[in-house]
Amino acid sequence: MKTSEKLIQRYCAAERINHWIVAVCFVLLAISGLAFFYPAFFWLTGVFGTPQLARIVHPFVGVVMFLAFARQFFRYAHHNLINKEDVTWMMSVKEVMKGNEVGDIGRYNGGQKGMFWVMVLCMILLLVSGVIAWRPYFAGYFPIPIIRVALLVHAASALVLIASIIVHVYAALWVQGTIRAMVEGVVTHAWARKHHPRWFRQVTGKETGH
Amino acid sequence: MALQSLDILRRSATPTPTPQARNPQEVAKLIDTTVCIGCKACQVACSEWNELRAEVGTCVGVYDNPTDLSSQAWTVMRFNEVEEKGKLEWLIRKDGCMHCADPGCLKACPSPGAIVQFKNGIVDFHQENCIGCGYCISGCPFNVPRLSPADSKAYKCNLCSDRVAVGQEPACVKTCPTGAIQFGSKEDMIEVAQTRITDLQSRGYDQAGLYDPAGVGGTHVMYVLHHADKPALYSGLPDNPSISAVVGVWKGMLKPLATLGVAAAGLFGFFHYITVGPNRADDEDEADHGTPPAPPAQGTKHKERENAL
Repeated sequence: MKTSEKLIQRYCAAERINHWIVAVCFVLLAISGLAFFYPAFFWLTGVFGTPQLARIVHPFVGVVMFLAFARQFFRYAHHNLINKEDVTWMMSVKEVMKGNEVGDIGRYNGGQKGMFWVMVLCMILLLVSGVIAWRPYFAGYFPIPIIRVALLVHAASALVLIASIIVHVYAALWVQGTIRAMVEGVVTHAWARKHHPRWFRQVTGKETGH
Repeated sequence: MALQSLDILRRSATPTPTPQARNPQEVAKLIDTTVCIGCKACQVACSEWNELRAEVGTCVGVYDNPTDLSSQAWTVMRFNEVEEKGKLEWLIRKDGCMHCADPGCLKACPSPGAIVQFKNGIVDFHQENCIGCGYCISGCPFNVPRLSPADSKAYKCNLCSDRVAVGQEPACVKTCPTGAIQFGSKEDMIEVAQTRITDLQSRGYDQAGLYDPAGVGGTHVMYVLHHADKPALYSGLPDNPSISAVVGVWKGMLKPLATLGVAAAGLFGFFHYITVGPNRADDEDEADHGTPPAPPAQGTKHKERENAL
């Protein structure tokens, strides 16, 4: 074990398990969902064995994802309230893209908070529209024009979520040392000091030397 | 699979063209509501030929029985009493799939080959490819397809495609005792309808006409109506049916938009990484804050590198 590394716990085991349940569900749902959306990708229904099985299983996995995400919502919502600093961050996103830090960032930056609320919105839309379109159990209780809107909303919000998750995954890869937070649960002092200085001070009681 | 004699014009969830060389003539079923006596022989013939048995229902106070289409009832007679020009009229309509030229069910279906449109105009469901999502139900402007509770697959009238393939008329046509249902080439059926409409108009039904709605590209099941100006009188036959705009956006514009959005996100990440490069938290900070084994020299070196960047 390296003694040189000073580490901070960012996500406990329960949080990590919770995250990866959502992540695995998302991947399965995105693959099967894209199969239902793009005729040329229909073969991706094979992720659940057969097209019929994919149609049957997809909504149940969706419910698991929603419930697991709801747990995450209650874990993180209070960390994701958007303040003035986050707006500044969002306005300066060009600087951020160049790899420069903007502002005295706490546990999450403006981009992460924005991502959080986009995910929340998509998850709610997906659940509601998904239940309305869910055959054979629920769709029969809704008028056809409502089901049509639900199908459109379901596809549109799923695609927004897929594009967002690509950004989410890329951000985690780009900012090196981030994946470790969700795999091992820890980040280095250097990582925290650079990307989340205010959070670093809060958890260590140290000054960041700015 | 389809019989060889039934060439396929369109196939659900299939982006490339189907074989297009042969051009069989379009067929149509003409239902003359002005001749129909509501005997339901067509329902029975349909049930017999297609080996369907709807559950025996109960009388609900009107003649409709079964009261709605189902996976076991591909056609039902709908009875409606209306007062037109101070006279009571009993309007009877044989409901079922209209076999649209522009089928909403086929447009909505995500499963390749679960719905096909034959070149003769018949729209057929191939249940072995059906995944039971019910998108066809949402796509249909006439509210016709029904999921079977037994197998969660969608069913509807197939215009007896198996009979038509071997040169016979659909079972309902064969059995109709009054000749209210006729079958032939679409061209011929329009001609038959026109003769009948001229006759009806000469006998006081000045709004008599043919129901072959252009909003769905015309249909391969057409009605002669005494009140063609008010199709809704016939148990809610839509005035001007077309594929819902919502379904149009979902199955149309959203696809290229989604492709652009998802591709943009992925490509942005790739090009950002190979141009800007990874965002690293430098190790020298560890040294600055007293991590034991990191020598100060290394820290300086890192600082220099940072400055160079």
